[in-house]
Amino acid sequence: MSTLGPAGVRPFERSMPPVTGLGMASLACAVVSGVIVASQVGMDDPPMVVPTMFVAAALLLEIATVVVLVRIRPFAWDRFRLVFSVGLAAYVLQSAIIAWAFVINDVPAGPMTILSLGLVVFATIVPVMLAFTVARYQAVDDPR
Amino acid sequence: MTDAVGVDPGSTPAMEHGPPPMDIRIIPPMGLPFVAVAVVFVLYAIGSNSIWALMLAHVAGGGMWTAVDLYVGLILGPILGRLSPPARAEFSARFMPKMVLLMPTLVMMTLATGFQIALNYGNLYPSSINRPWLVASMVDVGIMAVVALGILEPANIAVLFEMKKERPDVDVIDHLMKRFVYTAGVTGLMQVATLLIMTRVATQ
Repeated sequence: MSTLGPAGVRPFERSMPPVTGLGMASLACAVVSGVIVASQVGMDDPPMVVPTMFVAAALLLEIATVVVLVRIRPFAWDRFRLVFSVGLAAYVLQSAIIAWAFVINDVPAGPMTILSLGLVVFATIVPVMLAFTVARYQAVDDPR
Repeated sequence: MTDAVGVDPGSTPAMEHGPPPMDIRIIPPMGLPFVAVAVVFVLYAIGSNSIWALMLAHVAGGGMWTAVDLYVGLILGPILGRLSPPARAEFSARFMPKMVLLMPTLVMMTLATGFQIALNYGNLYPSSINRPWLVASMVDVGIMAVVALGILEPANIAVLFEMKKERPDVDVIDHLMKRFVYTAGVTGLMQVATLLIMTRVATQ
C-alpha cells in the first residue's frame, strides 16, 4: 500500500479541516463552565446561566468537531478507531473518578449536571483530538 | 466508512533520510501496574476522605506534575531541540512512552483530590481568604489542560506512531517534536504560577 495517492500528496502536506482547533475550543468552554461552577461553591443560590451557556457551547463545538471530522475522505479510520478507543477508556476512567469526587462531596443537582456534562465533553473530545492527530499522518489512498 | 489505511509510507525525498523504524511500545506494559496502584490509592483517598491520603495524592501528584513540566519544558525541551534528528528520535522513542502513562496519572491524582481538599479546608467558600487564589489556580490549570490535551499529548502519541513506521517521515517527527517542545515550555512556565499560588494558599 502506498503513502502517496495519484496526486503524490504526503500525509504531512495534506490540508485538514480544523478538528484540533474546534476540539480545543470545545474543551476550553467545558473547562470555563467547570471553573465558574467550582468557584461558586458555598453560595446559596449560585447563578447557573453563564456556566450553562459555556457547557452548551462546549457540546455544540464538540458536535461541530465530529461533523467536520467524519467528512474527511479518505482518512485512516482504522488507526483513528484504535487510538480513540484506548484514549476513551483512559479518559472515561479519569472523568469517572473526578465525577465520583463531586458525588461524594454532595455537589447539588444543578451544578452537578453542568460539571457532568463538562466531564462528558472532556472524556470524549480529548480522545478525538488524540486519534485525529495520529490518523492524519497515516497514509491513505488519494488524499486530495 | 473505512478507508484504505497504509502504515508503510512510500519513498519521498523527505523520507529517504528519515530515522530507521524503532521497536516502540506506545503504552509500556511495565508501567501499567504503577498506574493501577495510583488509581486505587486515589479511589481510597476520595472514598475514605482521609486527609493524609488526599494530601499525599494531591501533593505528590501535583509536585511531580509541576516538576516534570518545568524540567521537560525549560531544561529538557531546549536540549532536545538542539539534538540531531536521529539522536532526538532515539531519545524520544524511549522517553515519550513513559510520558504517555506518567502525565495523565499525575494529573488525575492532583485534580481528583484537589476539589475534596479545598472543600475540607473550606478554601472554596466565599468567606475564605484563599478562594481567589484557588480560582486563579483553576484558571491556570484549565489553560494548561487545554494546551496539553489539545497539542502536547496528541503530538507525543503521534510521534510514536510515526517512529514505528517502516519509513518514518522526518518532517512529521520534526513538526510534532517542535509542537511538543514549545507546548511543554508554555506549560512549564505556567507551572511557575501554580507554585506561586499553591505556596500562597498553604501559608495564608
